[in-house]
Amino acid sequence: MAAEGKIDPMHQFTVEPIAPLKIGGVDISFTNSAAWMLVALALIFGFMALGMKRQLVPGRWQMAVEGLTGFIDNMVRVNIGPEGKKYVPYIFSLFSFILVANLLGLLPLAVIPGLHSFTTTSHFSITGVLAVMSFAIVLIVGFWRHGLHFFSLFIPHGTPAVMVPLIAAIEFISFMVRPFSLALRLFVAMIAGHILMEVFGSFVVNGLNGGALGWGVGILSFIFIIGVSALELLVVAIQAYVFALLTTLYLNDAINLH
Amino acid sequence: MPQIEQLPFIFTSQLFWLLVVFGIIFFGIGRGMLPKIQSTVDLREQRIADDLAQAQSARAAAEQTEEAWRNRMDEARAEAARLAQGARQESARETEAKVRDAADQINLKVETAEQQIRQSVDAARAEIEAVTAEATREMVARLTGIQVAPEEAAQAVKAELHG
Repeated sequence: MAAEGKIDPMHQFTVEPIAPLKIGGVDISFTNSAAWMLVALALIFGFMALGMKRQLVPGRWQMAVEGLTGFIDNMVRVNIGPEGKKYVPYIFSLFSFILVANLLGLLPLAVIPGLHSFTTTSHFSITGVLAVMSFAIVLIVGFWRHGLHFFSLFIPHGTPAVMVPLIAAIEFISFMVRPFSLALRLFVAMIAGHILMEVFGSFVVNGLNGGALGWGVGILSFIFIIGVSALELLVVAIQAYVFALLTTLYLNDAINLH
Repeated sequence: MPQIEQLPFIFTSQLFWLLVVFGIIFFGIGRGMLPKIQSTVDLREQRIADDLAQAQSARAAAEQTEEAWRNRMDEARAEAARLAQGARQESARETEAKVRDAADQINLKVETAEQQIRQSVDAARAEIEAVTAEATREMVARLTGIQVAPEEAAQAVKAELHG
């Protein structure tokens, strides 16, 4: 929240340095963003550690961990096939990191003074790097497995000869748009949800400060914000799933072509 | 929008920390812990599949044993029936033989008895003839005074008696 009671919905996305750090003139300051990424890392590690008992008959935590890994494994197997096995760690890392980072951003920690959660995935500097990483893996895998034959991806089977240049151009554009759509989808979904919640939150606060009509607006906004929060919980999971699923599908293109 | 305004100042830091965190997740968790969890799952599935196969084969073996047992039982039952049949026939034959022996003996006795009766009857008849001839001769002698020879009398009586 900005000073003097004025509520700035964008303020929540500000990256604030906690410990300035520079290596060879490159700024790698430890920021709140970095801190929340480390929290995500710790949570993921803690969760996975609960599944490391490796019992024959799993306990409930092991069951939960195996459910998550089985979910990713299944998704990769269905979309890529048996060859996708070696990409499971990457897809799993993507999914778990995005999911946990998204969820952390929804924690209502702002009720504790001096603390407020930061959504790392609402920065395209984060989602963009993840998307570029996925795209780069797709390119590397595609060219490594198929060489120049990888370009046949741009010409779907059964395309009439006259249509080939046009189709290839369209396919090429749609292929090149992939990293942007990956990065922007997640970033926009996160930022939009958080702005919406912040705006309705400010309606509640300002409404309660301003007379009978304000109370009505405030209560309505409060009811609405409950719905938005529930929706956001859904969006958080869906976006993580979509990111992982699309990466899997793109990998499938690279591995099996068409 | 801080994402854009701050971008030049924070990008390297964001990139660095993301790579650190994501690297740890990928190498430490994704490639370190995940395969172990997956192998546990695979091991369990393998174990379950093996156990199921084992149970299946055990069941097949049990069915086979039961089949063999049933066959043996059937055989034994057939054998028992055969033996019982044989014994029954044997005893029937013995009884029959005994009955036949007894019947033979009885028949023999009856025959001898009949023989005796016939002899007695014959003897009695001869006696009667003799007595009748004697009586006839005497009656003739008393009534007519004619002395009939005993052979004649006997002849006449015999003729009269046997018609």
